[in-house]
Amino acid sequence: MTSSTILSIVTFVYGLAAFLYLAGWVFEKPLAGRMGTWTSVIGAAGNAAGIILRWVESYRMGIGHAPLSNLYESLVFFSCVLAIIYLVVEWRTGSRVISAFTAPLACLAMAYASLSPNISDRIQPLIPALKSNWLIAHVITCFIGYAAFAVAFGLSIMYLFKQEGDDAGQEGLSARLPSRAVLDELSHRMVMFGFLFLTTGIITGAVWANSAWGRYWGWDPKETWSLITWFIYATLLHARLMRGWHGKRIAVLSIVGFMAVMFTYFGVNLLPGLHSYGAVG
Amino acid sequence: MGRKAAADGPFTQIWKFFSSVKLTVVLLLTLAVTSIFGTLIPQMGNPAQYVAKYGEFLYRLFSLLNLFDMYHSWWFRLLIMLLTANIVVCSIDRLSSLWKIVFTKKPRFNPKQFHKVPTQVDFKMDAPLEKVRDTYASYLAKAFHYSRVEPSGKGVCIYAEKGRWTRLGVYIVHLSVVLLLVGGLIGSLFGFEGFVNIGEGDTVDHIRLRPGNQVQALGFSIRCDDFDVSFYDSGAPKEYRSTLTILEDGKKVLTRDIIVNRPLRYRGINIFQASYGTLPSNSVKLRFTDRASGMVYQVRAVIGKPVALPENRGTLVINRYNPSSEFRGHPIGEAFEATLKIKGKPDQEILLPLRFPSFDKMRRGDLVIAVAGFDQRYYTGLQVTRDPGVPVVYAGFIIMIAGCFITFFLCHERVCVELVPAGDKTRVTVMGTSNKNKFGMRRKVAHLGEKLSRLKT
Ligand code: HEM
Repeated sequence: MTSSTILSIVTFVYGLAAFLYLAGWVFEKPLAGRMGTWTSVIGAAGNAAGIILRWVESYRMGIGHAPLSNLYESLVFFSCVLAIIYLVVEWRTGSRVISAFTAPLACLAMAYASLSPNISDRIQPLIPALKSNWLIAHVITCFIGYAAFAVAFGLSIMYLFKQEGDDAGQEGLSARLPSRAVLDELSHRMVMFGFLFLTTGIITGAVWANSAWGRYWGWDPKETWSLITWFIYATLLHARLMRGWHGKRIAVLSIVGFMAVMFTYFGVNLLPGLHSYGAVG
Repeated sequence: MGRKAAADGPFTQIWKFFSSVKLTVVLLLTLAVTSIFGTLIPQMGNPAQYVAKYGEFLYRLFSLLNLFDMYHSWWFRLLIMLLTANIVVCSIDRLSSLWKIVFTKKPRFNPKQFHKVPTQVDFKMDAPLEKVRDTYASYLAKAFHYSRVEPSGKGVCIYAEKGRWTRLGVYIVHLSVVLLLVGGLIGSLFGFEGFVNIGEGDTVDHIRLRPGNQVQALGFSIRCDDFDVSFYDSGAPKEYRSTLTILEDGKKVLTRDIIVNRPLRYRGINIFQASYGTLPSNSVKLRFTDRASGMVYQVRAVIGKPVALPENRGTLVINRYNPSSEFRGHPIGEAFEATLKIKGKPDQEILLPLRFPSFDKMRRGDLVIAVAGFDQRYYTGLQVTRDPGVPVVYAGFIIMIAGCFITFFLCHERVCVELVPAGDKTRVTVMGTSNKNKFGMRRKVAHLGEKLSRLKT
């Protein structure tokens, strides 16, 4: 079986996991939730196996390189990290509801990678500019950051969905979500985790640019958008320190931040100008 | 801080303005939003294209706002300067009070502070207070950076803490931001960015700056000994490699190969593989065919130098290479332009197209001249930069990552273990606070309680 086949199956495994989690939450069926967890574990394991197999395949083709060199590979890596993070959050908090909001994102990312006609899953040889260990460090750190922001996004959506007040007076779907305080705290932790990795990602990108082109910063649209994203999350971190900026506004900022992440990732290609031959994703 | 509002002089007011986190939020958001413009409008293009794209009015408006080179505009720089002032003032403002907390010999503990925290662990130890106290005190002294035992109302309290210094993490992050800006400033004042194309075999000692195209002397010479480009089977480029020699006063200093991502650094100047192209070689292989006898002669001609024609007929000089030549209005591609000097005849300008070897037959001369071989040679395109700010920027990078890690994942933890005698047993209450991560601290307090309850006394 080739890595592409495995990875397209993983798409459906994540889809099933998302469905099970949602069913567990909506119909209050703990068994479905538990099955969601195991399905996710299988999905993440298959995802990781697919990445490793793809690596091996590239060596068999004689153009061996880490599978982190184009949009397809970065999306696959992103999904894997996202699944691992939400499983860890689930394990640490004991709440499966959170995964109902994040598992669909892993499924969507994989579906986009596997099914979009614009994204090639062929293993391609590396062009000269991409032959750098900094590239590997850059892609890994950026996408760990993006995955953490994706989880924070899921948590912020839940925060806005959750009704105010304590659980006693609530019923239905909202009552089965963790309390607002827990959601806020978790989301903040995720933003901090993501911010550390985004910072490291921008920095490794700058070091790479300096080793390839002799300048660490050039204000090209991709670089600029990653900086915009960074500014938004820095705003969020500081806004929490101001009186009156808790809860809802922070959740909104976190959602805006994730929109900026998405734009940095996908939208930049629509802008005028080129990310020249350094385009990664 | 602590000054009365009524007595505020202008200095204090400015200080207050710059020490507010509200200003930080406003500035960071403004930077985020304005940065978007520069990604929507292509930067540093030429005016004609802009007018064509946006029309006269918008072009005027945008150039008034410096939107065509906005990241170097005065207002964008002003925003960055305001942010810098904000960070510096804010850090100084808070650091003075934080300093006392962090670098104190005897930290202050307030039992009330601990009692307020909701999670506490309670249990009974089957031993008298003194024994429990001694065991716990030595355990906590090992597990924490600092600890001390103090009598409390009903019994004793053991205080312990660690990670006090992590409170400085935020200032490390802020310092790194300042370092990045200082490094960037040094680079823009004392650095340059330029490019040069060097043909194989050629030597240069100056480059052209970007932007502006001014000439910049290097202080040494670079010779390109060789350039190679290799391709994958798919046709995609695999590697660009230049062999460069550095010369000082004409003497060879070093020879190195550079490829993309592996530049050469010499005397603070970085030389990067950026592009390549082809140059005409300065020698051409010519073929003369004698119409009458059918004899064929091969000769190598150097551009600009006359070559003798067979049988002492005269000379030919290749004047120049023209990559897109024309003959009577028809494009004929690459061709050499030459001057033919046949004895007893006036000089004649002729064209020798590469693609049409029998072209010269049309001239109806005694000799048919054709280009038999012409090797192109490569030139290597080098990006040449100097940026003395890079070490400062890299230092900023490292401490920014370290600072973020400290700020986000380490914290200042303080615990209070209260021991109260209960007959011949001891009641133990474990409490803890931290400057952040309340949930994590709860888990840690529970964990510590577990550990302590299992200790043998
Ligand atoms: C791009 C610029 C900046 C970056 C990257 C940055 C980064 C950070 C980070 C990561 C934190 C920790 C947040 C947390 O604990 O959740 C922080 C806290 C803080 N920042 Fe900034 N900051 C920047 C600019 C500023 C400026 C201009 C000010 C000026 C007022 C400022 C004031 C503060 C304060 C007061 C804190 C809280 C310190 C505390 O918790 O005791 N920051 N900053």
